[in-house]
Amino acid sequence: MAQRSVIDDLKKSQILELLAQGKRIDGRALDEPRKLSIEVNAIPKANGSARVRLGDTETICGVKIQPDRPFPDMGDKGIFICTAELLPLSHPSVETGPPNPDVIELARVVDRGVRESHMVDVSELVIQKNKSVVGVFADIVVVDYDGNLFDACSYAATAALLTSKMPKWEMKDDLPTLVEGAESDLPTSTIPVSVTMAKIGDYIVVDPDGDEWASMDCRVTITTDSDGNIVAMQKGGHDGFTLDEIIKCGELSIKTGAQIRETLKQAAKGS
Amino acid sequence: MGGRDSTMVLLDENGIRCDGRKIDEPRKIMIKAGGLKNADGSAYIEFGDNKILVGVYGPRDVHPKHMSNTDTGILRVRYHMEPFSVSERKNPAPSRREIEISKVIKEALLPAVILDKFPRTAVDVFIEILQADGGTRCAALAAASVALADAGIPMRDMVASCAAGKVADTIILDVNNEEDQAGQADMPIGYMPNLDKITLLQLDGVLNPEEFKKCVETGIAGCKIVYELQKKALQEKYFQNGGDQ
Repeated sequence: MAQRSVIDDLKKSQILELLAQGKRIDGRALDEPRKLSIEVNAIPKANGSARVRLGDTETICGVKIQPDRPFPDMGDKGIFICTAELLPLSHPSVETGPPNPDVIELARVVDRGVRESHMVDVSELVIQKNKSVVGVFADIVVVDYDGNLFDACSYAATAALLTSKMPKWEMKDDLPTLVEGAESDLPTSTIPVSVTMAKIGDYIVVDPDGDEWASMDCRVTITTDSDGNIVAMQKGGHDGFTLDEIIKCGELSIKTGAQIRETLKQAAKGS
Repeated sequence: MGGRDSTMVLLDENGIRCDGRKIDEPRKIMIKAGGLKNADGSAYIEFGDNKILVGVYGPRDVHPKHMSNTDTGILRVRYHMEPFSVSERKNPAPSRREIEISKVIKEALLPAVILDKFPRTAVDVFIEILQADGGTRCAALAAASVALADAGIPMRDMVASCAAGKVADTIILDVNNEEDQAGQADMPIGYMPNLDKITLLQLDGVLNPEEFKKCVETGIAGCKIVYELQKKALQEKYFQNGGDQ
């Protein structure tokens, strides 16, 4: 959230005191993410959807799949776009109006994580080359805020994409026409998992909650794929990391990511 | 970012890249401190074919007033591309990409600047991309650090910046436009050499854990090269003619 308050300053000293004893304000271990619960197909009118709670942060992602014109220089590829929005009901400080830089960064980082992992194979989303392709739009909204929107949004998008059903279109009279009853699973490959770590003082904590988010010095979001590769990364905040810290964050993201990937798989299976 | 094809030869059998560089060789870099008359501090950088001008104003009054902070001065950064800076004309209105880059550059500079001595003021950094050729955010960050130093803003260290990446399964230093478009990974890094702190870090592309480590190390090595050129730029202005333009 944008503005730091006096309460945040007081909380920070308490958070630091606890961290010095190896504890966190909500009792978690330093490398422990919050409880993740995923409800897939929460929005039946969407082609795929998920409602995700990461601790008290709650996000909903709906995937819409529809015919679209290809980008001029990419006629042999479909379209994948991921957006994120912070709804005014999610926190008292959120105002309506055009998105601020924090929200733009959020949307772009979540998009980059899913895109760079090549989870959605856009080359399979072509109806007719250079003419008509399938567009996959994963729109995420934040409905309740308690820190770490990056991961909560990313998990919602991933879970929604994993359970998306793609209608089929064929060209008729130069127009993409829906083929009834020919739905298939959206072609996905790897499962990207983003893990955000905050540096507070000299400590690195996984999945910072709202209080930790307001107290952190800097953060890094690292997305890994199913093969344990690192596919996207974004540093933020007003301080920096040492090389050793970044290497450690890389390792943490692979380890934590593997656990979360299992949760995502289980949720998708139950659909 | 975006379309990636592998038709171009990015790395030949002798380890020479598409623009003739070796894998650990940065592009030609020229940094000049000062140059703008009105700005409190300024810098110009040519980083390969990137041409970037940075002007710094402040510490000065904050408008709008509600943005001011009673405890410290604030830093504001605007990264802006000219419509003529890229092959196809760019809409002059700030894009989402520019807003994000403005933010990451601001957060890369914040660990370096000491603004608590200037409460209720703002330091404004205006970055103008006159010509873009891949790696503009790194070049802009390096130039912005020099411009801040030129403006006399107290700093803990200068932020040096360079990207590393992966093309043809090889980790390379300083990704150019072609390598960014067709390569496998691009990792811009901002780094304060004296404090050993990474202040800007992004990645898109796929790296396994060993490549990841090598990529960060390669980028930091590049930052150290840029750092020397940043210091040289300031020395050229302030030691050869006493700082008078």
